[in-house]
Amino acid sequence: MTLSFHQMLSRISFSVLTAIIGIAFALPLLWFLFAPFNARAELGLEIPAVFTLQNFYTVFENKFAMRGLLNSFIQSVGGVVLVGISATLAAYALSRSDVPGKKSITYILLLFSSVVSGSAAMVPIFLIISSLGLIDTHIAVILVFAGGLLPTAMFILRDFIDGIPKSYEESAMVAGASSMQAFRDVALPVIRPGIVVVVVWAFVNIWGSFLIPFILLRSDELMPASVAIYSFYSEAGTPIVTLLAAYALIYSFPVISLYLFVNWKFGFRFFGGIKA
Amino acid sequence: MASISFQNVTKSFGDFNAVSNATFEINDGEFICLLGPSGCGKTTSLRMIAGLETPTSGRIYIGDRDVTALHPRDRKISMVFQDYALYPHMNISDNISYPLKVRGENEATRGERAQEVADVLKIGHLLDRLPAQISGGQQQRTSLARALVNPSQVYLFDEPLSNLDAKLRLEARGFLHHLQHSMGMTSVYVTHDQAEAMALATRVAVMDQGRIVQFATPMEIYRKPATTFVANFVGNPPMNLLPVEAMVADNVLKVRAEGLEVADIPMQRSFAEAVAVNPKITMGVRPEHLRATAEAENVVRGKLFANENMGAEKLVTIERPDAARFTARIFTDDDIILTEDVALGFSSKHITLFDADGNRLALDDE
Ligand SMILES: Nc1ncnc2c1ncn2[C@@H]1O[C@H](COP(=O)(O)OP(=O)(O)OP(=O)(O)O)[C@@H](O)[C@H]1O
Ligand SMILES: [Mg+2]
Repeated sequence: MTLSFHQMLSRISFSVLTAIIGIAFALPLLWFLFAPFNARAELGLEIPAVFTLQNFYTVFENKFAMRGLLNSFIQSVGGVVLVGISATLAAYALSRSDVPGKKSITYILLLFSSVVSGSAAMVPIFLIISSLGLIDTHIAVILVFAGGLLPTAMFILRDFIDGIPKSYEESAMVAGASSMQAFRDVALPVIRPGIVVVVVWAFVNIWGSFLIPFILLRSDELMPASVAIYSFYSEAGTPIVTLLAAYALIYSFPVISLYLFVNWKFGFRFFGGIKA
Repeated sequence: MASISFQNVTKSFGDFNAVSNATFEINDGEFICLLGPSGCGKTTSLRMIAGLETPTSGRIYIGDRDVTALHPRDRKISMVFQDYALYPHMNISDNISYPLKVRGENEATRGERAQEVADVLKIGHLLDRLPAQISGGQQQRTSLARALVNPSQVYLFDEPLSNLDAKLRLEARGFLHHLQHSMGMTSVYVTHDQAEAMALATRVAVMDQGRIVQFATPMEIYRKPATTFVANFVGNPPMNLLPVEAMVADNVLKVRAEGLEVADIPMQRSFAEAVAVNPKITMGVRPEHLRATAEAENVVRGKLFANENMGAEKLVTIERPDAARFTARIFTDDDIILTEDVALGFSSKHITLFDADGNRLALDDE
């Protein structure tokens, strides 16, 4: 195959352009991978002369930061369980029953959810939580996140369930299953990939958030990692790059492994209806 | 096995009646086909028997139980869905034996029964596969197996063959017919394929816009279609219908239309009554009762429109002056020469007459 000079030129310039864009995105990632193992990491990208785990040892000794990871885990898992279960049940009901106005219910909730988790609602949320006497508890964080994430989760799942033929459960019921059995044996396994997507999405959301726990929590023992990361800043407010990098890598580990696990186990693929 | 009874059953969605005031009886061991065009309410009727839809008014009985408000699980029925509704996450064996699982059978029994039924349906070697890993025809047999594994009072089928190719469909149809004969199960079978209905049913219910227009044996529906709708729906190709002008004279009926010569028809009571109301009636002749002819009486003439060879027979269609078409089914062996002008002949006894409203005019001796 011979290419004209013009075609050649356009191909070369296309490759160069994509390479430049690729590098621009890859650089921070490379820093993110190398810096934690560099005893003298700076903000500039630098391949460490000697790979060391010293940064990690220092981080592990920081009780507050370690406790933060555990707190993040408690809040994320708590929120995910609450969102996962409630969203599944609510979406199933909204999809399968003929509640009048069920479409608008979801849309109105969806509209409000952006308000609930947004910073505009922080003051009222603080007041509500405080009058419930829940300030400075994990429950407070979990509830607020669940409230903020549920409508979107419901929306995604309802759409997903709408796409699954009703005849699955109907055939189960005709075969002798109760509505509950039909849900458990037939609908739930088919909906599961959708639930997994929602769960991962909710986990990532809660794991990475800063503002809500920062406002609702007081004591150091309850702060999640997103807040605890500030313990790697000096009194003057400058980051201790080496420790920060090591902690950031640890902090991102659960999210990355969750993606990998889900991808391996479920492959983010959906069972569709059977069409001949 | 059990009988089924519909008493004044109506099902409305909003102010639209999907099924209007249906009353009929299905006897124990009958194979009933619900036949009709798309949207006429066949599936809705079937789903009401299954309990997946609740009638707006009226009552439904299975045997002598009033099941109108009963949950599907308590009706002792089996159903084959149009989309098969195989559970995508269960293998074929688990799919087939699911009805046994919910009834609390143990795993060994379930496996055995699934194997038995699957063997009969020639899918015994596929039990470990997932539904997505077998062909459409095999999926159809799986859903059939799931319905058969569970001894039921009534078996319901919603167009189970419509997703199969022509050859598989014939095969499956033959199998269903055999099954019905050997098991004598009460079945209700929805289809919009009239040939399927004629082949399988002990009686056919022809539906149109939510109403049952005729409920009779296939032979009767074929020979004495109650309305022009039924005449036009049943038969392949359906009955030729022609608007004619009728006149009563001296104990005979004369019918007239352009390009049509019909001998005087012996008078019947119903004819006189119908013509007195409105002389514009409809005459029908089935394609298989038409032949190329040179006679002068009992013929319909027109220009050759199409000549399709079907192997054993051919379909000759003519277009009449009023643009209405007439199709004849003629044996290929009767070597006929077709010119541009064709005359198709028929015998008097094969004429069916319908009044101006489309209802069939009965003969006195019926
Ligand atoms: N859940 C529903 N809500 C509103 N209208 C409905 C509903 N189910 C059915 N209908 C309407 O009722 C009529 C009859 O539907 P049905 O499914 O019984 O038709 P059918 O005879 O089975 O047609 P097909 O051969 O296309 O399957 C249709 O006009 C349909 O649009
Ligand atoms: Mg239908």
